[in-house]
Amino acid sequence: MLLFLLCSSLALLAQEPVRFNRDIRPIMSDTCFRCHGPDRSSRMANLRLDIREEAIKPNRRGLAPIVPGDPAKSHIIQRIFSDGGNVMPPVSAHKTLTAAQKDTIRRWVAEGAVYEGHWAYEPVRRPAGNASIDSLIRARLAKSGLQPATEADRRTLIRRLSLDLTGIPPAPEEVDRFVNDTAANAYERLVDRLIGSQRYAEKQAMHWLDAVRYADTAGFHGDNPIPAWPYRDYVLQSIHENQPFDQFTREQLAGDLLPNATPKQKTASAYNRILRVSAEGGVQPKEYLAKYGADRVRTTATVWLGSTLGCAECHDHKFDPFTAKDFYAMKAFFADIKETGLVPDRGPKAWGSQLDLATPEQAAKRAGLKKAVDEASAALAKHRGTVEELQKRNAAGELRWEYQRPVAASAIKAKLTIHNDAKIPGTELTGNGLVVASGPNPENETYTITIAPGAGRWAQLGVMAVQDESLPGLGVARGADRLMISEVEAEVQPGGKKLRFATAASGVGFYNLDQNPMNAIDGNPATGWGGSPYHDGMLPFLALRLQEPLATKADTRIVIRLRQDTPYRKATAGRVRIALSPGLAAPIMDPQSKKHAMVDQGLPAAVTAALKKTAIERSEDEAALIARVLDWTGEPNQKQVAALQAAQAKLDAFTFSIPRVLVTEATKPEPTRILARGNFMDETSPVVEPAIPGFLGRLPVEGRASRLDLANWLISKDNPLTARAYVNRQWRIFFGTGLSKVLEDLGSQGEWPVHADVMDYLAAEFMDSGWNRKHLAKLIVMSETYRQASSGTSEQDPENKLLSRQNRMRVDAEIVRDVALSVSGLLTEHFGGPSVRPYQPEGYLAALNFPKRDYSATRGPDQYRRGLYTFWQRTFLHPSLVAFDAASREECTMNRTASNTPLQALVLLNDPSFVEASRVFAQHTLQQSPAKTGEARAGWAFRRALGRAPNAEELGVLAELYQKALRKFDSDPAGAAAMLRVGDAPGLSGANAAELAATMTVTRAVLNLHETITRN
Amino acid sequence: MLTRRTFLGRTAAGALGMTALDQLLAKGMVTPLHHKPTAKRVIFLYQAGGPSHLETLDYKPRLAEMHGKPMPESFTKGQQIAQLQGKPLICYGPQLGFKKFGKSGQELCELFPQMGSVSDDLCIIRSMWGEQINHDPAHTLMNTGSILAGRPSMGSWVLYGLGAETEDLPGYVVLMSAGRGGQMQPIAARQWSAGILPSKLQGVKLNSIGDPVLYIQNPDGLGAELQKDTIGAVGKLNQAAYKSLQDPEILTRISQYEMAFRMQTSVPGLMDMSTEPKSVLEDYGATPGDGSFASNCLLARRLAERGVRFIQLYHRDWDHHGGVKANVALKAEEVDRPTAALIRDLKQRGMLEDTLVVWGGEFGRTPMSQGGDGRDHHIKGFSYILAGGGIRGGITHGATDELGYAAVEKPVSVHDFHATMLHVLGIDHLRMTVKFQGLDARLTGVSGEVVKEILA
Repeated sequence: MLLFLLCSSLALLAQEPVRFNRDIRPIMSDTCFRCHGPDRSSRMANLRLDIREEAIKPNRRGLAPIVPGDPAKSHIIQRIFSDGGNVMPPVSAHKTLTAAQKDTIRRWVAEGAVYEGHWAYEPVRRPAGNASIDSLIRARLAKSGLQPATEADRRTLIRRLSLDLTGIPPAPEEVDRFVNDTAANAYERLVDRLIGSQRYAEKQAMHWLDAVRYADTAGFHGDNPIPAWPYRDYVLQSIHENQPFDQFTREQLAGDLLPNATPKQKTASAYNRILRVSAEGGVQPKEYLAKYGADRVRTTATVWLGSTLGCAECHDHKFDPFTAKDFYAMKAFFADIKETGLVPDRGPKAWGSQLDLATPEQAAKRAGLKKAVDEASAALAKHRGTVEELQKRNAAGELRWEYQRPVAASAIKAKLTIHNDAKIPGTELTGNGLVVASGPNPENETYTITIAPGAGRWAQLGVMAVQDESLPGLGVARGADRLMISEVEAEVQPGGKKLRFATAASGVGFYNLDQNPMNAIDGNPATGWGGSPYHDGMLPFLALRLQEPLATKADTRIVIRLRQDTPYRKATAGRVRIALSPGLAAPIMDPQSKKHAMVDQGLPAAVTAALKKTAIERSEDEAALIARVLDWTGEPNQKQVAALQAAQAKLDAFTFSIPRVLVTEATKPEPTRILARGNFMDETSPVVEPAIPGFLGRLPVEGRASRLDLANWLISKDNPLTARAYVNRQWRIFFGTGLSKVLEDLGSQGEWPVHADVMDYLAAEFMDSGWNRKHLAKLIVMSETYRQASSGTSEQDPENKLLSRQNRMRVDAEIVRDVALSVSGLLTEHFGGPSVRPYQPEGYLAALNFPKRDYSATRGPDQYRRGLYTFWQRTFLHPSLVAFDAASREECTMNRTASNTPLQALVLLNDPSFVEASRVFAQHTLQQSPAKTGEARAGWAFRRALGRAPNAEELGVLAELYQKALRKFDSDPAGAAAMLRVGDAPGLSGANAAELAATMTVTRAVLNLHETITRN
Repeated sequence: MLTRRTFLGRTAAGALGMTALDQLLAKGMVTPLHHKPTAKRVIFLYQAGGPSHLETLDYKPRLAEMHGKPMPESFTKGQQIAQLQGKPLICYGPQLGFKKFGKSGQELCELFPQMGSVSDDLCIIRSMWGEQINHDPAHTLMNTGSILAGRPSMGSWVLYGLGAETEDLPGYVVLMSAGRGGQMQPIAARQWSAGILPSKLQGVKLNSIGDPVLYIQNPDGLGAELQKDTIGAVGKLNQAAYKSLQDPEILTRISQYEMAFRMQTSVPGLMDMSTEPKSVLEDYGATPGDGSFASNCLLARRLAERGVRFIQLYHRDWDHHGGVKANVALKAEEVDRPTAALIRDLKQRGMLEDTLVVWGGEFGRTPMSQGGDGRDHHIKGFSYILAGGGIRGGITHGATDELGYAAVEKPVSVHDFHATMLHVLGIDHLRMTVKFQGLDARLTGVSGEVVKEILA
């Protein structure tokens, strides 16, 4: 209503005639079209008001709804002005027209009831002459008697430009350089520098990723990680290289269909695959295929057409000329995408079609490593022993694992309890050597376990990780969703002789490539063996073969150290057993049972069972299992076993380093049916062929149209919507709101743009420049309209629709993080790569399952990456991003809200990421502030964050806070030390702790200022 | 008058700003209320996973007679089915006994005697039905009235309409507890999201592990005093900025920091149950700090007392594809006593009359067996309990057919349930709308009727 008042009052002030698109359509769309619009099924009284011929046609009684030029004879005027029971809209509609609205409709009828086609569907018309953003906007302002604001000061300008174009505020030196740059083209050079930076691509990508609902997880059910980030990097590269938007469009919708498609183009086609998918067991395939198809229609129509075609899934659109048939015809374009309703989230078929992104060199190297594995495997098989021999050795007890009953167990921080004869807590079973960790749970840890094997001769050492429901996540480690043992070390007492291992193998059938057993004896603390078993019932068991057999006496002790020094936090085993084997027992353990204590084990039950069958009766898996056991246990094979394990470890590590990405793979299209009311079980409606919405034209294609045909139409000059939708969204980035505010709907329920001519001018420029995205952005930020000051208000135009000044905006969620990291000096700038995990509160993922999840925040420089690179967990997005209105990207999102909540305050005040930023900010302040007083430091920090010096009042407030904090920390050194411990980043050695903590109090306050997260 | 449309979507600061919206939101957008309310708040005891109505609230002797026989095709033909797709459909009789309770003689499973003891306060709806047969979409429908992600949850809608009665705590609080025995289905944060509404209306999850509210704890070593001084300094600096810019968004920022500080002060008191008499703890069966459903029920009462508008307790683990008999027994141990204790406690404090208590999940379970001793997901008929807040106690509303398959008598859709919930709160579900993608979005989508018969 306000919008209406604004438009109409501005219009009336200027004594302009009423215009249908500007004045009438918004009213009618909201109040009339539901019953008298395009949707046949809900039309009342057989009357439609959205088409003139229909609206002026007299009914059976000779009454015409609209008699152009004659309001008194027009039936709709009588009805809307009625104060009786027949008033329109009816009371039941809960819609009322204001007096001003009624009057406008009457004036419009009096002026001849001139209809216009809906503005967004009309061809793009470049305004005549030398039109520019500024000339058009100023003409409009002048008509309304408004003056444009003056240009913002240079400090404000560079901060505005930097935040809008790159999301990173300028450093004070940059500010000074710009303020003092007297060259006429100083501003333009700044724009060019910022647009040319990788930061620009990162900022722009953030918005695009919302639109195409890019995330790192599947979104339904277990919400497991999907291989998607290379698509994000494709978007980054494309923007950085300023790839024309038409090609960008083609590659995403149909990269796989392009002739000789490159890996990059195929990666782009992940656009069709990064939607929410379900791996829930009870999924009805048809239902979910319908959901996936509908998602693609909604997303594609919103992103490229700025249209809410999703409404037509169940019925003809109520306000725009889209029909249900249009919806399904659009869906039919995507019917060739190879996919299943239930999308497996693990195992070899996980996630469906993927592309391996090995470069040719990597592929060659990998093939070489694979060949080495095959050769080692073949060499090993040559010496394969016989089943009879195996059984004989097993009967002799050579192939046994004997659980050891530790005599001592300790850890750096944790408490280790040995359960030998004692019962396992919560069960009636004896521990039989179980070591249980409890108490403190540091991020890295080493367990030292001493065993007393007695007299004997040993060939192998075994480490078993015991799964337990009491452990978080997958139940193997104390605080992460995976177990990691970076190194196993052992020495013999007395004497201290270190045991040397020839090779390592793991009984886990399916291990992650980065958890190869050899990692436990490679001397590299960053890599480890482990497992993330998920419903596969296998016990993670590591077998280490000794280089030479070890003879023990009655009093021999073996001290074993299990180290967890990997970057995965708290991936330390929760429960372990140590075992020894006198011979070459296989590294496969029988599953743990809740009813039977673990007992020393010979051949695994699965092997024994397979051996009972004849060779012909055995399944392929059983035959392979027996072959593996024969190879591993054969005495003469030991060199070959070690060679194979070493080759496999190399292959695994290399393969792990090569990314994969979801891609679109085309197959024979399934027939697409119209589903009455969206009901996937209804198969009675007709099959439709791929087609663009009927009222927008027809594709000039022979035969079945493809996704590529759709893409080509989307970026053709015949389609006026793509450029308008894109331009409108770009405008929002630079003004906080679109030229038409409803970004996702340019249709009749959207908003008529007051500056429709600016939208058309930019749309024409965008297309005529060859869909040049950077040209468009530069055009906008070079305008004087963009450069205006943001201060002031206007009573005549409170929402600033006419743009007589700039707007102020809070920066987006990711940028809130980026500002804190960059200002504090913590930011790690690295363009692209796998997503990263910032610190996150413990237990935040507790409501997830399949599998249960815990969280391990990224270590090292990657902890301090831009918000854009945060691992996007759709069902539980990082809470600091949620607080600042980031989109979960479960659905295509065009318009984030910009709320202002107490939870935001709590994030900025207390989230360890921000607290750590304030610490490192304080460290830099101490080092770099030329003067060493509290006041000088506060001033330095203020200027670093905001690009301006504080005024006396501001400086006074900060100096006072510094003094208060200093007094407190002077008398509370423990408190200061605790404050300074936050986060992983190195501290400042030699600093006075109280001064640093007091400075940190000040920097923390600065990072919490409204101005810090606002661009003016 | 300002329409909501003006506020939604991204509001550029310095225009109308969010301050005006904040003021409206604090009161609620539905002012005055559409009609006289009978409830001020909602406590939703959400039994997540899909409780078997056949072993809890809907006794079907005929199903017992049919036990082991094929399910008549007339019931199942052309109907949706989840994990039983392509499997034989065999009737599976009720696994637990039922009993009549109270003056009203309402029939409940005999493992729920405590809830039975308050049955005269309960309205049991036996004719609920839904549309989504998998957990995630079914939760989304039950919470938001839509299957598309991104719509506001019912708690956010209620807060939007009514505002909160507390300035120290969030107006919409979510609690979660885990049970034993079933498959712990995941629950996405989307279920309490504000969706297209301002995010200050989102549900705030109170955690039993770690900080009760995320980031409520001051940094180590800082201390409450210096936190107060810091927020004071931030406020002064923001005030100075306001003086020069006159941007109302800055005032909102200042008040949000004050609210954050009040939350920091009041949450510890909220969570501290040491003031509760031992008899109360015993009645609920609650051990403070254990994060159980019982503790959460007690916490729900404390939240209600403090003016929180919408309190939602998720109790997980009702997904009984196998062992339905043993597993419902485990659930009964977990929820029967606390549910009844909460109703008694509210009643004794005079709060039941203006608190709507809801008990139910995202769907029910098949009358057919799965794997010989379990039940699959089922959407054609299931049961709910409403109590207090202007709902008639001691009545059973609607019915499923003789095998407990489909709601046949007075069926209640999810939208009907939502319409009724809003009705008792004084809101006409047709009139509380928000513009989104060109539509007047509302909690009840395009349908929903108030179930008038169950109103007191």
